[in-house]
Amino acid sequence: MPLSTASNFARPDDAFRAIVEAHRGLSEQQSADFDVALVLILANHIGDIEVLREALTLAKRRMIDAEEQQQQASGK
Amino acid sequence: MAQAKTQFGYRRHPDQDRPAAVAAEHPVVLVGAGPVGLSLAIDLAQRGQRVVVLDDADRIGEGSRAICFSKRSLEFWDRLGVGERMVGKGVVWSVGKIFHGASQLYQFNLLPEPGHRRPAFINLQQFYAEAYLVDRVEQLPAIDLRWRNKVIALEPRNDMVALTVATPDGPYKLHAAYVIACDGARSALRQMVGAEFSGQVFEDQFLIADVKMAAEFPTERWFWFDPPFHAGRSALLHRQPDDIWRIDLQLSRDADPVVEKQPENVRPRIARMLGHDKFDFEWISLYKFQCRRMDRFVHGRVIFAGDAAHQVSPFGARGANSGLEDAENLSWKLDRVLRGKSPESLLESYHTERSAAADENIRESTRSTDFMAPATRQEARLRQAVLSLAKETEFGKRMVNGGRLSVPSIYDSPLSTADSDAWHGGPRPGASMLDAPMTERSGRAKFLTEAFIEAGARFTLLEFGNGAAARAPKGVPTIRIGGDGGLVDSEGLALTRYDAALGTAYLFRPDGYVAARFRHPTPGALEAALARASGLN
Repeated sequence: MPLSTASNFARPDDAFRAIVEAHRGLSEQQSADFDVALVLILANHIGDIEVLREALTLAKRRMIDAEEQQQQASGK
Repeated sequence: MAQAKTQFGYRRHPDQDRPAAVAAEHPVVLVGAGPVGLSLAIDLAQRGQRVVVLDDADRIGEGSRAICFSKRSLEFWDRLGVGERMVGKGVVWSVGKIFHGASQLYQFNLLPEPGHRRPAFINLQQFYAEAYLVDRVEQLPAIDLRWRNKVIALEPRNDMVALTVATPDGPYKLHAAYVIACDGARSALRQMVGAEFSGQVFEDQFLIADVKMAAEFPTERWFWFDPPFHAGRSALLHRQPDDIWRIDLQLSRDADPVVEKQPENVRPRIARMLGHDKFDFEWISLYKFQCRRMDRFVHGRVIFAGDAAHQVSPFGARGANSGLEDAENLSWKLDRVLRGKSPESLLESYHTERSAAADENIRESTRSTDFMAPATRQEARLRQAVLSLAKETEFGKRMVNGGRLSVPSIYDSPLSTADSDAWHGGPRPGASMLDAPMTERSGRAKFLTEAFIEAGARFTLLEFGNGAAARAPKGVPTIRIGGDGGLVDSEGLALTRYDAALGTAYLFRPDGYVAARFRHPTPGALEAALARASGLN
């Protein structure tokens, strides 16, 4: 099964909000600790190495895009 | 500390009296009398080959070094006639425990089922293993073991290799059809053929101390992350025979090796761990680990095995055990090539199979070492998350990596015949045979691995039959389970472990790996599988 990038939550705002709230009041360090635990829990739930690899690729690509945008923005 | 356990004498050999122009010619010269070289020499000798073994030292027993020998290694040693002695002296274990801080995270059992002749592991100091192998060598006139014979030059020629060997009486020349290099991680022969030995060097330092003490710890492998007695680092405790305990402590990257090795500096560290200082040092060593291998294990007529060909970190017992797997893989192939029964290209399958196994061992041991010594803050954070998740989740426990212990590789090999029938279990082609408890008609118990040895440790057909006529190719003995005169699978374990039904047959290679398997073998299919496994197509 390939990585699903369709919108899977009936109420996406609730999902986003839940993650945001989980980080409220945390320091940068605590947030980073929290994130890695969450990533491991969700990765195990998916339980499919190919899907995980696709997700990693997507996340990496997004990171490169973000860097390019930043560079373009600072060039203005 | 670190006394030589056994000393051997140098003896002048008549080969040394020959003029260089008429150097003695030998089919096999093997360099390095460690566990891998000695085992390989014994296997070759038992197959009828004459082997000259050269070693530059005259003693064994500088420290315990390798201590964990796997089930697969013991089954190999059974074929060489030394398994019983190794198991008799060794301490048997199968349970490992992983601790985080002061509390246990989980435990694992490497052989949770009965019905195997050999345990998951024994711990035995390498010098005992070597001494028992030397004793066995001395029973075999086909092996000519020469101490204080150091190869100082190697000259490959088309039909042989010319060696120059230094001895206390001066140098002499030897010619060998094949040279096998088992001369360890710092292999001189590897340098002589000009081969690269590339890979990853780990900056973390580990202190290994073998201590003698009376202790009540169980015979288990205990591994700690961040223990109270060694904060922020990892520790390992493992039992050996003679009340010796292996302790392995991770040190910082910038620790001074000369200072850290001093017994007076090691003592307080160990005392903190044990809660007392009633122990004596047997051996202390400080290590940085390297994971690397040669690009090619076969350099013309010079073939590399063991640490000379590949090196791993010790977490996982993948050094000596993988070297022994090299030995059992190479010996039957070289024997066939020397007899002209298989083409020289069969040796290429040694490189294919064992270099893939080396990659697997390097991958596993690199992952373990990376988990123990995270390279970046984010890696440390990930590891911390795994360790804390392990307290309450099954998946977290399974991700904790305190060393993944050696299991035989499954070869993706040109010698294997792909399955054409449907299977729901059993060892697939390229996997090593599984043991099972059997009974002879007389009522005597016999393991399948024993039946394989009695059949001659050569190409062997395992047949689940009802007494039908043998369908094995010429020269291939059959182990029959069931039927008239067959072994009795009284517990039904062979049937289950081989996913077998009446008529099922497995073709084993001489090293006990599966070459092919069939639900209903035909003579033609068996002949073809045998030819393929012999490198004849």
